Amino acid sequence: MFPLEQHILRALDGSVRSLARLITRIENSPDEARQIVKQVYHQGGHAHVVGITGPPGSGKSSLVTELAKAIRKRSLTVAIIAVDPTSPFTGGALLGDRVRMRDLSGDKGVFIRSMASRGQLGGLAQATGAVVQLLDAAGYDVILVETVGAGQAEVDIAAAAHTTLVIEAPGMGDDVQSIKAGILEIADILVVNKADRPGVERTVNALRSMLQLGPTGGTRHHGRIVQNHVTLEEQDPDAWQIPVHKTSATTGTGIAELVDLITRHARHLRDTSQWLEREKQRGQKELEVLLFDHFLRRFRSELPVEYEQQIIEAIARRELDPYSAIDQLLAQTNQ
Amino acid sequence: MNEYKPRILIAKPGLDGHDRGAKVIARALRDAGMEVIYTGLRQTPEMIVEAALQEDVDAIGLSILSGAHTVLVPRIMTLMRENEMADVPVFLGGIIPPEDAAAMQEAGIAGIFGPGASIDEISRFIWDQIRLPNA
Ligand SMILES: Nc1nc2c(ncn2[C@@H]2O[C@H](COP(=O)(O)OP(=O)(O)OP(=O)(O)O)[C@@H](O)[C@H]2O)c(=O)[nH]1
Ligand SMILES: [Mg+2]
Repeated sequence: MFPLEQHILRALDGSVRSLARLITRIENSPDEARQIVKQVYHQGGHAHVVGITGPPGSGKSSLVTELAKAIRKRSLTVAIIAVDPTSPFTGGALLGDRVRMRDLSGDKGVFIRSMASRGQLGGLAQATGAVVQLLDAAGYDVILVETVGAGQAEVDIAAAAHTTLVIEAPGMGDDVQSIKAGILEIADILVVNKADRPGVERTVNALRSMLQLGPTGGTRHHGRIVQNHVTLEEQDPDAWQIPVHKTSATTGTGIAELVDLITRHARHLRDTSQWLEREKQRGQKELEVLLFDHFLRRFRSELPVEYEQQIIEAIARRELDPYSAIDQLLAQTNQ
Repeated sequence: MNEYKPRILIAKPGLDGHDRGAKVIARALRDAGMEVIYTGLRQTPEMIVEAALQEDVDAIGLSILSGAHTVLVPRIMTLMRENEMADVPVFLGGIIPPEDAAAMQEAGIAGIFGPGASIDEISRFIWDQIRLPNA
């Protein structure tokens, strides 16, 4: 239809058709993803990227919908990326998050895209990273990224955001064992959704005690959770107190306040120069992934496939240890 | 698993109240290795075309039981053209009376699958459609 260049120009000019086609090309080809990011990167940097993760069925999509509606009322545009797992057996995926998002249809200020996790090593992070850059350059003010807090890759995606929400629900989160410790580590805001259901307070309390930091909850200092019992102001102006917030996506309770919290977190990041710090962290992560990918691909292109295979077999048969194997492989590619 | 992943929108337009058939198709196409976007019940033509546009799908499957296809299909096809998606194949599933088939084809429908159609048949149809030259 159009060459890549033209799609980029059209997408930056507001064509949804071209924007959507570019996202497909990012998903299908790391090379095209690279070309696209190269051309749009300097136009981005305005969007507030918000990750939303949590266990299946906790109400992420419903909440994303309510958040998007509330953000639209503040005259900002919203892009949503909803990631669902690819079936490891068939390679297919059923992407059903839009079912909960029908209230957003017909609004030109909202763009929704479903993505399958596909499951290449680091590939999902790379693809969503590039899609976020593109949506940012295309001018969306807020980018909401929904992932299921199940696989590490999915959690990493949400954690790459400026602000990360972890969503729990009563009956799922009140058993401390069931809350993944790793998930709490990444939360800037803990949300207990389905607050219209019984058992909310138990979940809230469980989360607070998980944070192990007394009744005021935990604080995050330059991205790290710190233990303290003094108040926020006494302790350090750079610290962010991780709120535990109740919402109901069904009744709308707590939604406006959640948008306020998200906005406050963005302001906090900017006021304390942590925004730039997060951008740096994100840059570093992306650079590492790209470097890894680049060297792995270059390495493989210089090496006969059978040779790598032989080495792997030798390692498996314990004729060769992995470290000596690396020496051999490097010697092979360096000549 | 490295091969091309077709993206298919399975949509349920019209006002009839259950989507069992649509869900069966959606799951079966997933099991055939496709990425299926499912949008739920009671989709208006505007919602369907908007989802197809944002999701950049390779094909759209409409599940229609209500008999409203004579109204819904032409509207959807018009919106597809208006949104630069005239080249995206649309197929029908559900209950389409044989005497309407010609009119549906004339409206631009690429395939019709009745209740007896097998998933293999539908899946083969989709692969054939998207292999058409289409940049
Ligand atoms: N009572 C109640 N039900 C809710 C609330 N939010 C969501 N639900 C319901 O919970 C179910 C799951 O909601 P989703 O929004 O699809 O949850 P999700 O976390 O996106 O689910 P996955 O994407 O499948 O992981 C649906 O039946 C919703 O209607 C809420 O605040 N209160
Ligand atoms: Mg969801």
